[in-house]
Amino acid sequence: MADAQPPASGTARTFDDEVARTRLRIDPAIASAFGCIVLVLLVGSLYSSSFVSPGYLLQQLKVASFLGVIATGMMIVILLGQIDLSVPWVVAVGGMMSTAATGWGPTGSAFAIPVGIGCGVALGLVNGIGVAYLRIPSMVVTLAINAVAQGLMVLHTGGFSPQDASSPAMRALATGETLLGIPNAILVWGAIGAAAIFLLTRTTFGRTVYAIGNRERAAYLSGARTRVVVMSAFGLAGGLSAFGGVLLAGYASKAAQAMGDAYLLPAIAAVVLGGTSILGGRGNYLGTVAGVILITLLQSILSVMQMPEFGRHVTYGVVIVAMLLVYGRDTGERG
Amino acid sequence: MNGDWPYRLREHRATLAAFAAFVVMFAIYAGNHPAGLTVNVATTAANKGVLLAIVAMAQTLVVLTSGIDLSVGMVMVLANCLASVIVVGSPWATALGALAVLLVGCVCGAVNGLIVIVGRLQPIVATIATGSIYYGAALALRPVPGGDVNGSLASALTGQVFGVVPASAMLLIGLVAVVWLPFRRSTIGRAAYAVGSSEIAAYMSGVPLRRAKLAAYTLSGLLAAIAGLFVTLITYSGEASAANGGTYTLYSIAAVVLGGVSLFGGSGSAIGAIFGALMFRTIGDLLFVFDVEPLWQPLFQGLVLTAAICLGSLRLLRVRNRLELYG
Repeated sequence: MADAQPPASGTARTFDDEVARTRLRIDPAIASAFGCIVLVLLVGSLYSSSFVSPGYLLQQLKVASFLGVIATGMMIVILLGQIDLSVPWVVAVGGMMSTAATGWGPTGSAFAIPVGIGCGVALGLVNGIGVAYLRIPSMVVTLAINAVAQGLMVLHTGGFSPQDASSPAMRALATGETLLGIPNAILVWGAIGAAAIFLLTRTTFGRTVYAIGNRERAAYLSGARTRVVVMSAFGLAGGLSAFGGVLLAGYASKAAQAMGDAYLLPAIAAVVLGGTSILGGRGNYLGTVAGVILITLLQSILSVMQMPEFGRHVTYGVVIVAMLLVYGRDTGERG
Repeated sequence: MNGDWPYRLREHRATLAAFAAFVVMFAIYAGNHPAGLTVNVATTAANKGVLLAIVAMAQTLVVLTSGIDLSVGMVMVLANCLASVIVVGSPWATALGALAVLLVGCVCGAVNGLIVIVGRLQPIVATIATGSIYYGAALALRPVPGGDVNGSLASALTGQVFGVVPASAMLLIGLVAVVWLPFRRSTIGRAAYAVGSSEIAAYMSGVPLRRAKLAAYTLSGLLAAIAGLFVTLITYSGEASAANGGTYTLYSIAAVVLGGVSLFGGSGSAIGAIFGALMFRTIGDLLFVFDVEPLWQPLFQGLVLTAAICLGSLRLLRVRNRLELYG
């Protein structure tokens, strides 16, 4: 307990040096996450060589891309030092609203994807207003908005049965292939990931997100518009969760009420396994990519190996604890 | 003790507010119930409320140390499944079985605590992972819902005492007297509050940090296991339902917040959380009594929850320096 680290000494280094060093250094968390992916694949290949075939890997990347899109939003919120527990029903809202729009005819069908994402952004902004302006802990406000979203969806599906088939565009996005047989879903995740990297490292918004995660008070005193940034970050996360729902609805050809339940905890786990600090302010998008792939592979290989369901849950938990014990530890007493 | 009552009142303000809100809501509920406040109405309401109240107590202990236990619902599910296997048979076997269930709860809590204290992982991620492990164990015990429980124990704890008072309410009062009050008054309990207020200050003052945290997590596991045992007594079966576990975890956080316990730790009390839980349950019952269209009920429940937590933001009106907004 007494090993609280002294503040980093060596003040002779300039800020630019520091930045350069940070860029060059390979983050041990990301390296371990990618190492674990290789390890999981090796263990899998001992069981069956099909685990390392390109077809299987592409299929896994495709499945991972849904979690990847959702985890991108979760990561931005976690970088702020907050958390978004409204993922389950915002995912469902995205899926169900886009399929509902599909039911309005050709015009609705054309606008299905934006409608789904728009509803998610709206819910995310409400989260953001609660956190940024009303100063309610994010864990609480997102929990409440999750309940409201659930209420809205129960109301939406009850009484009459709404259209729940996805539009052709959604199906194409989630299941189709364009270039060289690469599934579209992977391209979508790639585009969103590239945008996220750009946003987080090259824009004022992204730098402010990191600053707020380190110390919001300091960011505010430095003139950053912290409340606007927090609110929009939650809006963005809501939109990405809903987009994940749109993709899932496209993948399954229809939307269902509990479709988002299985994505909250894996999204948090993926972000944290990728080396992002749950306290905010520290993390790299590549780590999240590694975390998402690792979790998807782990789930897939355990189920292919025909491990009984209980064993999968136990292994999943043990692996997360073990990996975090290796590199995700705090350095000592905190303030 | 004599001149300090304004301070004491202020310290317990949140608890008293939760209590008052619950009393008002329950009065409206009982007054408008078609059958009036009969013993059966009270018992049913108490059984549902007490279940959530115990889980909320479990959550409170950890939240006070500025942690969070996202595995609390899964420990409950595990205890439920375990109880449906071993809390059966002769009185002795039943007693031993119940003891084993509580012991398993303590172990689950202690594992969470050790991972957080020794492993120095953040509670939120550590308990997500252990929750998955506990759920796996529950699934191993009960792949499909089923099982049984000792009938006389079940009717004793879910019925009434002297034909009037719901036994579950007595159980809750007993838990407060046996678990919460001694904890609150002990050095360890005070240390848990100190850790929640400021870990560094507590460390520098020589407060037994690790013991306090370990005690909080272990007792949290114990209470969650009691809740799981109680589920078994109500339903006469065990079910490894991930949905149930998740719901109770989330509701316990809601109850804790409604009960005036600060999620940042160091302030609030389990008694407040209990009334928060009872209040949360009464909201659902009120909607039923007022014949709200069943389809609208989840939405109303969500909106009432949102409104209740927004009330906490009224404190912003008193903020004079904007920097106070940013912690």
